Amino acid sequence: MICFYAISLGLVCVSFFFSREKTLRAFEVAFKRFQKIIPALIMMMVFVSVMLFCVPEKLIVQYLGNTGRFTGVVLASAIGSITFIPGFIAYPLCAILLKKGVTYMVLSAFTTSLMMVGVITFPLEKAYFGTRVTILRNAAGLAIALCVALVTGVCFGELF
Amino acid sequence: MRGTASAVKAVGLAFYAGFVIFSWIYGFDPGKRISINFLSFGLVMLKFLPCAFVLIGLFEVWVKKQSVEKYLGSRSGPLGYILAIILASTSVGGLYVAFPVAYSLYSKGAKLSIIFTYLGASAVCRIPMIIFEVSFMGIRYSAIRILVSLPLVIICAVFFDHYLSRRNFKINQGNM
Repeated sequence: MICFYAISLGLVCVSFFFSREKTLRAFEVAFKRFQKIIPALIMMMVFVSVMLFCVPEKLIVQYLGNTGRFTGVVLASAIGSITFIPGFIAYPLCAILLKKGVTYMVLSAFTTSLMMVGVITFPLEKAYFGTRVTILRNAAGLAIALCVALVTGVCFGELF
Repeated sequence: MRGTASAVKAVGLAFYAGFVIFSWIYGFDPGKRISINFLSFGLVMLKFLPCAFVLIGLFEVWVKKQSVEKYLGSRSGPLGYILAIILASTSVGGLYVAFPVAYSLYSKGAKLSIIFTYLGASAVCRIPMIIFEVSFMGIRYSAIRILVSLPLVIICAVFFDHYLSRRNFKINQGNM
């Protein structure tokens, strides 16, 4: 996080050193792009706020911990798809789940779909790519998540 | 069509705002918690987005269209995919940061398969996230996840390119 800001600041300084004009233009571009996306962002935040309320963490633990293998994977990928949890919350949560007996396979279905599938970012993604491509890309993401889960299950000896 | 859609959104937003205000006045707990979620999530995005957009701005101004076309355009080879993955792995934030970057790559002439590779890779292998993942789940878990998902991401991206190029697909500037 701090690193990210430091790099950005560094790049801005370098850019400013070489061309003041171009740097100012860069800020202009940045501002314009940001402005354009604000409505979509607000819609997404509304969805996220309601979603986080409807699907609290406790519920996730309860459902993933106490189900069978494949139901767990399917449930985990479904939950991963519809929720929006940043990585720095999701991984500690996964570590807790792991201790409670949830398999690596279920967790990889959860984290991969969490990262690749964004039901909640749908309005934002649609604004860039249109409805059809958004659905396609997310479906592909879900399929990839299931593949990853399968291989993880095999590699950790959880399947056989 | 667009008119009705935005009208529905406006009504939805007004309803949401009304609900939140009502909740705070009358102490309705779910409404309060939803609005706190809204703010905390907004804060997370506000932390990342200004920086991300400044970087995008710099990219737009400094990187020439020709060089993107050369390395990531329709005649770029396997190197293009590797570059897209490297670019993605150094990015931060979620997909909401990757979409505007994808658009800016697109407007500079990158080909679609590279753009979809970038999107997928920025979901799967961002370095800060991997660091987190390894420390909580172990390196074996991360390695399996990345080794399985990255090739699949590229395959999907190539497939999307083939499918969409014939259909005159365009990426928009994020207009609702």
